[in-house]
Amino acid sequence: MTDTSTNTGEMDPYAALQDKEPPKAPRNQWLDVWDQFKKHKGAVLGGGFLMFITLAVLLGPYIWNVDPQKLDIRNKDVRPIWTAIWDSSAKTLWHRPFGTDNLGRDILANMIAGGRASMAVGWTAMLLSLSIGTAIGVAAGYFKRLDGLLMRMTDLFLCLPILPLLLVAVTLFRQPLRANFGPEGGMFILIVVIVGLTSWMQTARIVRGEILALKEREFILAARSIGTSSGAIIRRHLLPNVVSPIMVSATLGLAVAIITESALSFLGVGFPSDFPTWGKMLADAVPRMEQYPERVLLPGIAISLTVLGVNYLGDGLRDALDPRIRGR
Amino acid sequence: MLLKTLLLGAIATTAVASTAMADGHEGKRARDGEVKIIYWQAPSILNPYLSGGTKDLESSSLVIEPMGRYDNNGDIVPYLAVETPTVANGGVSKDLTSITWKLKEGLQWSDGSDVTSADLVFTAKYCMDPEGGCAQLSKFDGIKSVDAIDKLTTKVTFDQPTPNPYGPFVGMATPIIQAAQFADCLGARAPECTEANFGPIGTGPFVVTNFKPNDVIQMVANDNYRTAGKPAFASVTFKGGGSAEASGRAVMETGEYDYGWNLQLAPDVIAKMAEGGKGKPISAFGALVERLEMNLTNPSPNLPAETRATVAEPHPFLSDRNVREALSMAINRQELVDVGYGNAGRPTCNLVPAPALYASDNTGCLTQDIAGANAMLEAAGWVKGSDGIRAKGGVRLSILYQTSTNAVRQDFQALIKDYWNQIGVETELRNLDASVFFGGDAGSPDTFQKFYADVEMYANVFDGTDPQAYLAAYRCGNEPKPSSQWQGENINRFCDPAYDAMIDELARTGDLARRGELGKKMNDMLTKDSFTIVPLVDRGRVSAHANSLGGVVLNVFDSELWNAADWYRIGN
Amino acid sequence: MLTFTIRRLFFSIPTLLFISIVIFGLLQMAPGDPMAQVPLTVPPEVKQKMREALGLGAPVHIQYLKWLNQFFIVEPQFLIDWMTRSSFLFGWLPDTQLGMVYDVELEKLVPQQRNISWQTRSPIMDIVIQRIPQTLWVVGLAYLVGILISLPIGVYSAYRHYSIFDQTGTFITMVGFSIPPFFTGPLLIVIFSVTLGWLPSIYDTTHVVKDWASFKYQLSQMILPVMVLALQTTAQISRYMRASMLDNLNQDYVRTARAKGLKEGVVVMVHVLRNSMIPVITVIALGVPSIFGGAIITENVFGVNGIGQLLITALFANDIPMVMTITFIFAIMIVAFNLVADVLYGVLDPRIRYD
Repeated sequence: MTDTSTNTGEMDPYAALQDKEPPKAPRNQWLDVWDQFKKHKGAVLGGGFLMFITLAVLLGPYIWNVDPQKLDIRNKDVRPIWTAIWDSSAKTLWHRPFGTDNLGRDILANMIAGGRASMAVGWTAMLLSLSIGTAIGVAAGYFKRLDGLLMRMTDLFLCLPILPLLLVAVTLFRQPLRANFGPEGGMFILIVVIVGLTSWMQTARIVRGEILALKEREFILAARSIGTSSGAIIRRHLLPNVVSPIMVSATLGLAVAIITESALSFLGVGFPSDFPTWGKMLADAVPRMEQYPERVLLPGIAISLTVLGVNYLGDGLRDALDPRIRGR
Repeated sequence: MLLKTLLLGAIATTAVASTAMADGHEGKRARDGEVKIIYWQAPSILNPYLSGGTKDLESSSLVIEPMGRYDNNGDIVPYLAVETPTVANGGVSKDLTSITWKLKEGLQWSDGSDVTSADLVFTAKYCMDPEGGCAQLSKFDGIKSVDAIDKLTTKVTFDQPTPNPYGPFVGMATPIIQAAQFADCLGARAPECTEANFGPIGTGPFVVTNFKPNDVIQMVANDNYRTAGKPAFASVTFKGGGSAEASGRAVMETGEYDYGWNLQLAPDVIAKMAEGGKGKPISAFGALVERLEMNLTNPSPNLPAETRATVAEPHPFLSDRNVREALSMAINRQELVDVGYGNAGRPTCNLVPAPALYASDNTGCLTQDIAGANAMLEAAGWVKGSDGIRAKGGVRLSILYQTSTNAVRQDFQALIKDYWNQIGVETELRNLDASVFFGGDAGSPDTFQKFYADVEMYANVFDGTDPQAYLAAYRCGNEPKPSSQWQGENINRFCDPAYDAMIDELARTGDLARRGELGKKMNDMLTKDSFTIVPLVDRGRVSAHANSLGGVVLNVFDSELWNAADWYRIGN
Repeated sequence: MLTFTIRRLFFSIPTLLFISIVIFGLLQMAPGDPMAQVPLTVPPEVKQKMREALGLGAPVHIQYLKWLNQFFIVEPQFLIDWMTRSSFLFGWLPDTQLGMVYDVELEKLVPQQRNISWQTRSPIMDIVIQRIPQTLWVVGLAYLVGILISLPIGVYSAYRHYSIFDQTGTFITMVGFSIPPFFTGPLLIVIFSVTLGWLPSIYDTTHVVKDWASFKYQLSQMILPVMVLALQTTAQISRYMRASMLDNLNQDYVRTARAKGLKEGVVVMVHVLRNSMIPVITVIALGVPSIFGGAIITENVFGVNGIGQLLITALFANDIPMVMTITFIFAIMIVAFNLVADVLYGVLDPRIRYD
């Protein structure tokens, strides 16, 4: 008895409590995130599609080197090549696989060039609006002193009539921007800023509402009681908990930005009329959608798939980032 | 003596607009139920004196009428007048300083009271009130007095001989309004009379029952209309708003509406709609010309605001006539017509393509000549640089080309950019919202008057059939400039003393042949001699009506609804 | 919460005044000219006279004060006059004539100068009131339909996360949202009006519902615009609903509630739903004023001619008093509904305190 007791005493009284597994290097949490993300089929598909479309619009012009603005009036209104499958009398050309528009511009080249512009405008404007919205929403929700001022400012922006705002922006800023960044660069900045500045309010209101509720929760109280700084509370405790509405805002915002861009060109605020974007291609094709459905379908599908891709990617990221879901 | 010819010419065809009678469609008034008209611009007011908008003028033409209208040939047809006054019938004084209008016997307003010369006198007084802000004031220009001679006779006296005395009381812009209804609405009080402005009492075929501004007008047949058995329709629904596309569809594809106004759509779109089989497009030509305006002054943003785009700074390259001519030569006008207007457009080289009297036989621009244009630029010393763009002395042929937003105009821009690219000219396109582009806001850099671009494109036309005022716009000093708050009609900043002399001569000349000669010469000076204005397309008007609507005669010189009294339902 | 509401209501007055100054300044700065739609054949001198007749010559601050006076003092007087004269509720009161002033020249009572539109030269409020029925019928109904569809979709999609229902819902709503109404509108018209001929393509604003047949017609002319608009609302709200529900379904209190033996329906519909409503309430509250703002594109496609169409025509015609008035009414609604949303946060989550 004594022997055994001495022996055990010599061995280590707490051995039974110890983990017998061989020691393993602590796993990086981003690997866990990646593992979870990979399990989400939609997210992988969405991410893959976004990657594809980004590569296509970036590298497309080098592979399909047709000038999207080149007119070829003799070969106008060419149908896409696949039309020939069911309609042998349709006017199709192998070197115009997606067909041409009513002035004979190549639609594939336009889709690529338009995608470039739309993706650039969509992403930049969306990120801009998202960051403004989140920043204002967090600040207003967390700091009581700023709440009144920031939210009244949000009210003001919500009330501003967009059209006169755009016209004022063009009058004031078009010439200097054009002089400094060239006609297309200047316009790009103007469009992105305008779309960004006129679409952040919803995100701000939503984020603020969530923060107002979250900051009264126990875990924030706990964080505060151990002396965590406001910045750290926001970064580590509040922001991760408002990711899902922000993700939704992002997906919806991308679609809004791509469509809004097309509306701007009517007012002389957008890109020049011969500079293609998906939104503009869609708008221009609407009057002829019965004769040439592909001209609305191609840009329409491109926009929808991009937005869907972002949506699924967002879903996957949210699931992967949420430790409560990740464990399951 | 010869001036008789002019005034006779104006009424050459007095055949009244009763062509509808030709197919034997007659009967009781208000027998055919409802007619539905759709205008994609919604009327805001039914008083033409408070609004110059075409939509307002045309909708009010169903209710109020002038003494005479222009018919579809541009000739004056008497409406409320017994006949069109001319020198020949003594209605216009020999010295051209007065015109005497005589009302038809027994005319009644829709409320049953008599139409008298006092109403004409009142109408003139209403518009000429200095505080009223009358939109048609220019029609009453140079009037010394308007006097009632007797119950039915009114004499308009001008302060100088007026070769075209048909300004007031002719056409949809200057109808007669009822003195009794508008008595309290003179001058600054004009806008307070909402009820009168929304439902004027008139002599026209219909009476307003419900006016919703910028939306819809409901009307019923006028019981006191002067012709028995007209109008054939008992009521009118006049819908406004939407788009040209929606109204074309509603008339030709779904058949919801009977008449759709001014379908500014590409020819293939209209053709496709016409396949719907419920209605058909109709078109007619006036003198509306889509043109390129060349800026003769320098619009560079580097210039100070006082001299930018003013005559003080000539344009770096467009002041070279060879460049302007080469730009015109490079354009294939037939191709533009095919893409943008189809049967509703014709290529033209004239600023004044109609009427025949004033139309020059200028056809030199109709064939595209890229090689010729290249040779001309080469000869003038504009040589291609390494980037393929021509330059001379450091000045590159790089053009900012702006216009208003409109699908057809953007197609034109793309095509013309392509043509100019072939002759080594670089083009940047810009399109602006029409409300900014055509607005006269001196604070905006983007109005067509300010012309902060090298080339701009739009369409313009003149009222009625006399281009005098239209051609007089290009007088030296009439250009928009800072001192005039950028108001002015000489958009190109054209200036030629010889041209000014001709403007003055035209204003004095009554002889028709000489007027025609002058008009043609002035037209040529602006177009084929100087290429200041580069006309592209003589634009027709396209509207559509239901197959079951009879009696429609498209008129581009007056309201499209000018003969709505003669409309009827086919097959009823 | 009551003190909060009262304080906020009080503060909304300076806020709104400030907003009105900003909007007015913006409209003054914006390029444009009420004469832009007058044909080019009208000479510039005449256009200048017309501008003066509209009062454009007056200094900016005078124009602003005039507008303010008309909007806040004159128009309410006319409203009271109308109520005591012909409204059902107050018609029994003696008729007032607050809006009338004695004119020395004409020696009789004449109406005061009201807020006049430059396009129509008629009182703006009358036109706005005229437009409200079709806006409420179409845009309001679409919003209601959108909310009623989207909430269950959002809740069920989150509850059955990654089920077929969720996937289909996601697909349809996202595609629906990313296809703009300028395309869906004409598409529906081509299908239902042109090809099938079932529904009218242009809305009749003069239509009066008085019996079953006319109600059916009203229904048929509303279906297409309501469908287009509801699609957008549904997409937006259901996405937020779903995301918020998903966040809450994994919270500890849900497990606790289930462990307590509460019924699944109660857990989801009472506990989770209530806690997920904050972002959804925000979005819904932000959307209500935009019912009033109308749906510019959709109204234009179908010829509904509601407030959105009124605003866009006024903008294109540079009818500043009209734009100013409509935007300001819109501003009042935004401020009001954001206040409502803030109050609702407190109701939904009593921990939120605004003191």
